Amino acid sequence: MISETATSSLLKGYRPTPGAYDEMVHSSGSPRESWVGLIQALDRMGPEELDARQESVNRIIQENGVTYNIYGDTQGSGRPWELGLMPLVIPINEWRSIEAGLIQRTRLLNLILSDFYGPQRLLREAGLPRALLAANPNFLRPCFGIRPPEDLFVIMHAVDLARAPDGRWWVLSDRTQTPSGAGYALENRIVLSQVLPDEFREGHVERLAGFFRILRDTLQRLAPAARSQPKVVLLTPGPYNETYFEHVYLARYLGFPLVERDDLTVRDRRVFLKTLEGLQDVDVILRRVDDTYCDPLELRADSILGVPGLLESARAGNVAIANALGSGAVQTPAITAFLPSLAQWLLGEELLLPSVATWWCGQEAQLAYVRDHLRELVIKPAFTWTGAEPVFGGRLKARERRALYASIEKNPFAFVAQEEVALSTVPVLASQQLAPRPMVLRAFVCAGPSGCTVLPGGLTRVSTATDRLVVSMQSGGTSKDTWILADGPVNPLSLLKAAGGIVRLERAAADVPSRVADNLYWLGRYAERLEDTVRRLRCLTVRLVGEASGDNTPDLEALIRVLIRLDLIPSEFEDSLSGVEGVIHRLIFRKDHPGSIADIASRLGSLAFTMRDRLSSDTWRILNRLQSDLRPRSSRMAPGAALALLNTLILDLAAFAGMETENMTRGHGWRFLEIGRRLERATNGATLLQAGLAVEALGFSALDPILEMADSTITYRRRYFAQPQWLSVLDLVLSDDTNPRSLSFQLGALGQHAVNLPSTSPEGTQVQESLQIETLHNAVRAFNLEAALEAEFEHEDTQLSDQLAGWASDLRGLSDALARHYFTHADTRVS
Amino acid sequence: MKYRILHKTRYDYEVDVSLSQHIAHLRPPSNARQRCTEFRLTTKPATALKADHEDYFGNPTTFFSIQGDHRRLEVTARSVVEVMPLELPNREQTPPWEIVRDRCRSEKTGPAADAGDFTFESPMIPHLPGLLNYGAPSFPPGRPILTCAGDLTERIFQDFKFDPKATTVATPMERVMKRRRGVCQDFAHFQIGCFRSLGIPARYVSGYLETSPPPGVARLIGADASHAWVQIFVPDLGWVDIDPTNNVFPNDRHVLVACGRDFDDVSPIRGVMVGGQEHTLSVSVDVAPLTPGKPAKPRADPSPSGPLA
Repeated sequence: MISETATSSLLKGYRPTPGAYDEMVHSSGSPRESWVGLIQALDRMGPEELDARQESVNRIIQENGVTYNIYGDTQGSGRPWELGLMPLVIPINEWRSIEAGLIQRTRLLNLILSDFYGPQRLLREAGLPRALLAANPNFLRPCFGIRPPEDLFVIMHAVDLARAPDGRWWVLSDRTQTPSGAGYALENRIVLSQVLPDEFREGHVERLAGFFRILRDTLQRLAPAARSQPKVVLLTPGPYNETYFEHVYLARYLGFPLVERDDLTVRDRRVFLKTLEGLQDVDVILRRVDDTYCDPLELRADSILGVPGLLESARAGNVAIANALGSGAVQTPAITAFLPSLAQWLLGEELLLPSVATWWCGQEAQLAYVRDHLRELVIKPAFTWTGAEPVFGGRLKARERRALYASIEKNPFAFVAQEEVALSTVPVLASQQLAPRPMVLRAFVCAGPSGCTVLPGGLTRVSTATDRLVVSMQSGGTSKDTWILADGPVNPLSLLKAAGGIVRLERAAADVPSRVADNLYWLGRYAERLEDTVRRLRCLTVRLVGEASGDNTPDLEALIRVLIRLDLIPSEFEDSLSGVEGVIHRLIFRKDHPGSIADIASRLGSLAFTMRDRLSSDTWRILNRLQSDLRPRSSRMAPGAALALLNTLILDLAAFAGMETENMTRGHGWRFLEIGRRLERATNGATLLQAGLAVEALGFSALDPILEMADSTITYRRRYFAQPQWLSVLDLVLSDDTNPRSLSFQLGALGQHAVNLPSTSPEGTQVQESLQIETLHNAVRAFNLEAALEAEFEHEDTQLSDQLAGWASDLRGLSDALARHYFTHADTRVS
Repeated sequence: MKYRILHKTRYDYEVDVSLSQHIAHLRPPSNARQRCTEFRLTTKPATALKADHEDYFGNPTTFFSIQGDHRRLEVTARSVVEVMPLELPNREQTPPWEIVRDRCRSEKTGPAADAGDFTFESPMIPHLPGLLNYGAPSFPPGRPILTCAGDLTERIFQDFKFDPKATTVATPMERVMKRRRGVCQDFAHFQIGCFRSLGIPARYVSGYLETSPPPGVARLIGADASHAWVQIFVPDLGWVDIDPTNNVFPNDRHVLVACGRDFDDVSPIRGVMVGGQEHTLSVSVDVAPLTPGKPAKPRADPSPSGPLA
């Protein structure tokens, strides 16, 4: 065996870091037994093939849109996740002992929490310092006395592990608040098992799916009331959270709706999901929102991520929350020093997995030790995580160390000191060579009523540089799949092929959350508003280009007055067009100019971002192209260039509308997108005609621009072969049911959508909005245009303008009614 | 003394509220010092749901919610409470303040250890360096704790001006310290901060004062709002009340409703509404003696409640 690998080209240049444990090779340089198979397989591939496989990994990640948001990243939309080709390999016998230690730790932390929020015997009898709770901002007093189902506070527990130079595993920290990473571990596995299928199969790698099935079953079993189909939701802070991708991914994989705070409401101490069909009971919440932010009524009042009344619902036992509110109290290194004695006291057992040596400064003796050994220690905040990087005492100047100690002494409870840990190294592939890099393994435990289960694998995170002492995805770094090698073949299992159950075929996705419908509705409105604004501006720009430029034709004059009336351009241009190019530039590019193309496009982009999980990647690409087209290249732009850009935008928007028509399933989500678009187009048409009538009561010069802005020029010419007349233009733009740009057409389409909207009344009667639309449609069709026009022009009667204003206001009322009925559920009563 | 207490809170909203949920600390507890014999909490519109529990600090707490559009919410709490007269200890015979500090810090179990929880900073009372600077002169070595407390109370009473316009419930303590103005809540928060900076356990009390006019003038209903004061822990004596706004050690003219680390723990009514936008809040409190007693105005004439030397 040794002779075989001695010729390994991969291992040839590999030099482990002195003083650190290397996961792949012994200090002699020969490979560890569990790695041999993998090394041989990769050797056989050769360097070019390895590069190609790494490329495949990158491509799949790109295509799947796996991202990790970095705080302070101005791009905002997240950067691609990084996954290395080489997995971390751990043999099953070694893993078994880690597993036992992890399970013990989860049980222990659950017992501690159960005591903290209950009898507090640990303070009264076991001698745990009271300050551990009294000075702990994550000990949530309003949660005191609430018993979670089965007395389990921590359902999902994550533990960061490191390996010391002697080969022993150490715990660096625990995550009990909202542990992240399991979804990324799963995604890593799915990607890597595609890229290294043979190596994966032949290596007898333990599968991850079983763990997630147990997690799903556990969450369902926490439901307070026995129900055949308990409703579990995953509560996310939203798309700006660093691990939003994982929230989407886990929600899909586990089959739970992904919800934000506005999707939930509490009535009668019960939690409900607002859906288009009305309010639905929620039994269990898997939360990814920190507990202090979960309920503005009893926890942080300034939280905009929480659900008011959630805590009272938990207190009443009507909802289970995983992890239970208050679980963050033990996510502190301050407690680690006490764990060995707590394990004895609570379990009567030795602590199996040691923690890295920790001194909590909130005790006199420990503080004194920290003062005398600051040079060898790492200082961390005891209770808060955000933004604070650990400080390495040895890297400070004497003066800085004194200042550090002074700040510790002022509030000693807020600090811990830990021993510097030498991390073990794993190989990463760089320029066709393997190089050792420090790593940390995040392991996951699921605690359920019938015991704890450990994910056979985990998220391995690797530092970017050899000497970096902090490994985190927040500060850059890459990840690895983690392979636990079984002794023999393992049983494949995936959640998608549900074992022991029949997959229910679903044609139309049920229960669209109201917030999603609301966002889709506005996506439709903004897309249409954007298109309309581009058309209006193009109508003006085209008249400034070529022959017509500088030549104030009557139809340009009329157009200017219409646009002033529509509030698109300022009124001073009525007399002179000088400076109008600057206005056009502003209206295209200036995001801070309300109603500009850039402004509407950015709203459209933000809305789309909140619904990334529902938009196809092609749709996403079109939106990206739109944004990049709108990046200003200079502060000035000739009318010709502006015209070309506006034409491009029209095509982008047509492509977007095409995606909507051809690619979206006809569910309620699509219906609301369409309703938004139709309502917006109807409103814009009515206001455009109103403006036209106001500026051109007797003349005809506004008619060409109106037809153009209403995208009906060709239809008109084909039909009439003549100069436009008011009556025929109004007929085409208002009443003609066959013109997809007419008001009547929009109302017809709206009517069709409205009858298909879910009925929220118990009798299942026709929805109110549908009747409103029908009434409006009939009014438009029955309106006597000829008589009204005659009255308007010959008797200075404003009947027609008034009617248009009335319809526009009816449409606004309709929009409000839809919002009230379907989005805010303001009228809903629960008895 | 026995009192009939009427505490009304009214929210007027700019637009309709369709759903509101509240947490209230309005029910006076029965304990060694006082006995609550009647309590009724009513709302208009009526509550959809009302549920009681005891909070972490042992205070009776009520959750209630109102469903259905409304522009105004009235919450009325009525209670009858009897407060037992208290024999105030001889201050000079109380233990030196350092003993109090050290016992509360070092004892592992018992009331002193429990009280130690109230030496840490809390959301509305951060550890500010100015607190220790202000408080220290009242705590020379070896001085009895209640003598220190009396001196500190007197100084705050002299240095700070009672000014209802100066602050709101959300005014941070830095500002109160800088301007030396505020209402009872600010006085209490500041004094608690001073005590804690010296290691003396101190907690916030929310409650009522007897509403009593000068002689000859009719008693005004609703002249008072709810009051706030301070308790410090003295081993073997227990929690001792101190009212810095009135410069008194309270006796039977103060009715306790709830205590916690600061206002945030015991706010009389906290709420989250759906809709409503802006709202105006009006509060009226009336505390009428059921047994005849000599009327006096606590702030102007502190003598009957235990004067400070």
